[in-house]
Amino acid sequence: MAVPKIIGIETEYGIMVRGSNDWNPVSASSLLINAYLGADGSGARNEKSAPIAWDFVDETPGADAREFLPLEFALPPEVETHLVNAVLTNGARYYVDHAHPEISTPECADALSVVLFDRAAEMIGVKSMEAARELLPPGQELVLYKDNSDRKGNAYGTHENYLLDRNLPFGQIVTGATWHFVSRQIFTGSGKVGSELPGVGAQQVPYQITQRAEHFEEEVGLETTLKRPIVNTRDEPHADSQRYRRLHVIVGDANIAQYATFLKVGTSALVFAMIEDGAMNLDREYDDPVRALHQVSHDLTLARPIALKGGRTITALEAQFDLLEQAEKYTAQRGFDNVGGDAVGRMILDTWSQVLTGLETDPDSVASKVDWVAKKRLLDGFRERHDCDWGDSRLRALDLQYHDMRPDKSLAARAGLDRLVNEADAQEAMTKPPEGTRAYFRGRCLEKFGDQVVAANWDSIVFDNGDEPLRRVPMMEPTRGTRAHVGTLLDESDTVAQLLEKLGS
Amino acid sequence: MAEREQIKKNSPPRDDSPGDDGGQTQVSGKGEELKAELDDLLDEIDEVLETNAEDFVKSYIQKGGQ
Repeated sequence: MAVPKIIGIETEYGIMVRGSNDWNPVSASSLLINAYLGADGSGARNEKSAPIAWDFVDETPGADAREFLPLEFALPPEVETHLVNAVLTNGARYYVDHAHPEISTPECADALSVVLFDRAAEMIGVKSMEAARELLPPGQELVLYKDNSDRKGNAYGTHENYLLDRNLPFGQIVTGATWHFVSRQIFTGSGKVGSELPGVGAQQVPYQITQRAEHFEEEVGLETTLKRPIVNTRDEPHADSQRYRRLHVIVGDANIAQYATFLKVGTSALVFAMIEDGAMNLDREYDDPVRALHQVSHDLTLARPIALKGGRTITALEAQFDLLEQAEKYTAQRGFDNVGGDAVGRMILDTWSQVLTGLETDPDSVASKVDWVAKKRLLDGFRERHDCDWGDSRLRALDLQYHDMRPDKSLAARAGLDRLVNEADAQEAMTKPPEGTRAYFRGRCLEKFGDQVVAANWDSIVFDNGDEPLRRVPMMEPTRGTRAHVGTLLDESDTVAQLLEKLGS
Repeated sequence: MAEREQIKKNSPPRDDSPGDDGGQTQVSGKGEELKAELDDLLDEIDEVLETNAEDFVKSYIQKGGQ
């Protein structure tokens, strides 16, 4: 049975200190986040006016969703616990992960809300860069890039998370998700000049659809940094593990086009709901999913057939049109309750249809909605104007600068991308949580009782209520703790003691 | 809804100049508009694009990601 698709996105940003030859990405990331937290009240603070720390108890990123481990199992990824790691009043997490600053949006109840909080995360990044400028020596500047690859073989992730029914057999998830992840690249790709595969030159791949595809080598697995798998098996639900699974999707690109983000999470939420309800056709599989992933990314014509098991073929566009048709039938019978309701659900189907039709008939017609098309339009225009070939370093610079987060340098900001959420709402979402998930409770508690919150994480908050022992409030149900559930209760509680009493904990 | 899309949807071909070449004029008019828009964009890119592209591209190294 499909469960409500609670969704979140974690984005690792590329980082550079300009004007210095001697900098370290870990320190730079810490400085960036501390600068933001110090700039104003946007990060909640406890009584020692330190940022409220992330609580690592119960975190198990090494747990594997498969019931058995393959013989050559990968080691669990390490968790860096000593670096800056803060919870924000909008329910988000802002931290240093490996050598990058990372923002996880709060849990959102629908795809449109994800777009809003992803845009808010970008704004937090912009504000962080501004705050960091004050702390750096003159002539130095800290710059963020919302991309996924340095084009030299190093990738960093934009991970999506979806709430799934625990009872769904993992094998079905693998089959259905792989089918979608390979073919959805035609609208989720952010575009990249050249190839990072050894021995593949500009002649063969002058430009490709995604940044991430070439960094994937396996079909299924636990890894996220080496031998990345198309379907990641991390089994860490951050919720009631009897009822739920959190599917940790590591195969997507970071999008700046809001329509691309909307479609990426909206179509995926629909696909997962269909798998849960037994409404997706799982009879077809790619013959070699990893090869198919690379092939779709390299095929700007969108027309190259992908080999299926059993000898037939399909194109990425055909696979997507077919999924859309299945989703239309599914929602006609079951409605849109599990993907955030009628309005957002219909919008996902309409946008999906419009973008696929545009890609099929005239890709340039979706240049305002799909990043790889928007970027290609700039690159083609530049090539024609300056008469340069694909190896020209100016094209590579343009490719990178598309993702520059500084408003005065960003080329994406100049590319004519359509907005789905308005800027004032996103500004507000930098500090206010979404209302339809437990993130509401987390964010409001931080805002109202920040001085008594010792630590927080996805599924609990720890309060220090003076003389009593510390009190942990569990939040194992992501669909509870919404404004409808606890809004009044929070409004009417003047102290943590009152809140805890009303919660009955 | 996005402004760009609204404009497209709400501006059907003008029918005040009927005739066989009406459609063609429309198409080339739209094409020129798009080209002018792209030209402005490219002017702006020429202004803000990294001046030392090669060094910039080389120095963009991002290790240690997921």
